Amino acid sequence: MNVKIPEMMDRPEVLLRGNFACAGCGLSIAYKTAISALNRPIVVIPACCSSVIQSLHPNVTYNVPTLNIAFAAHASAASGIARAKKMRGEDTTTVVWSGDGGTFDIGLATWSGAAERNENIIHFCYDNNFYSNTGAQRSGATPRGAVTTTTPGGKKEKRKSIVRIMAAHDIPYIATASIGYPRDLYTKVKKASLIEGYRFILIDAPCPTGWNSDPALTPELGELAVKTGYFPLYEIEKGKLTFSRRGERYRDPEKRVPIEEYLSKQSRFKKMTSTQILEVKKDIQHEWDQLSLFE
Amino acid sequence: MNEEIELKDPVLPLGRPTLGSAGETGDWRTFRPKFIEENCIKCYKCWLSCPEGTIRVDAHGEFPYIDYDYCKGCGICVHVCPGRKKQKALEMVPE
Repeated sequence: MNVKIPEMMDRPEVLLRGNFACAGCGLSIAYKTAISALNRPIVVIPACCSSVIQSLHPNVTYNVPTLNIAFAAHASAASGIARAKKMRGEDTTTVVWSGDGGTFDIGLATWSGAAERNENIIHFCYDNNFYSNTGAQRSGATPRGAVTTTTPGGKKEKRKSIVRIMAAHDIPYIATASIGYPRDLYTKVKKASLIEGYRFILIDAPCPTGWNSDPALTPELGELAVKTGYFPLYEIEKGKLTFSRRGERYRDPEKRVPIEEYLSKQSRFKKMTSTQILEVKKDIQHEWDQLSLFE
Repeated sequence: MNEEIELKDPVLPLGRPTLGSAGETGDWRTFRPKFIEENCIKCYKCWLSCPEGTIRVDAHGEFPYIDYDYCKGCGICVHVCPGRKKQKALEMVPE
């Protein structure tokens, strides 16, 4: 059951107005929804868009304690904080808030270590499909066919499945969420905050600047990614996968919205050929088939 | 507030939460969302999806209003607004 909006309104404001985020930023929606669900959060932010939008010293746009750290150190820093807070007996939630570059590529070793030790932290990955703060370079999360500054003709490889790598660590809770469904995201964060151990939440956060889409379409792109089956919504608790209410019905390929509708709204996909679109459709089906093995 | 930190310890790179840390970002926009009260059904979808938090609601059941000092004019609120009888409670008007 999803949370009611009035309950969300009672939570303190975590992201203050007047920050450096672009107009229509998907990350801002993800941040203000997810972090506001937590009780006394301490946020560890590696190099990513989040460390840019917090603006210049000595001003910070985040209304919660925040630690900025190097790209490949986020989960290790958070492990230390979580353990220190436990020793002091303080009731806080330690959070890693990293982008897809920091989770899929550079920070992989550090979170893998922390997940293996089952540290008591929540790891959020807001996924905007590339290194957005340095100017839209290709990352492991970039989907097939997307134009970035380092793949000007469109990326040739498929996107990495971070959730399946994460699931191999047998951590207690994994979920995917989308900014197209903020209440679903809030509910999942709330649920994760009640579990002990290493928890991972992957959030689909469209980026109008890098995706060359209309800023007003940010939530709609999030919804379309779910409706086309491109970004399935599910939770994995102790190795058992359950599709979310919003995600379940798109298991059937007949019920999915055609992928072309999602791709055509973003100029980064305009160089895609029809063969590549067929490959994307196969990738989507492959991902669903692989996920159903976890059920 | 910031001077206070510098006086205590000039070495620590600490910052404090500040409203409008990037200045008045309302200057960025070319279109502004205009609120039409009679079409509002108080669903608060605009509040939920505003990336900036510039859609303000003072109390439960009150009409939302827009903080034009910081609104960047992305138009998400207008896009997500369901409105009453297909008449949206928000529309984009040129600045």
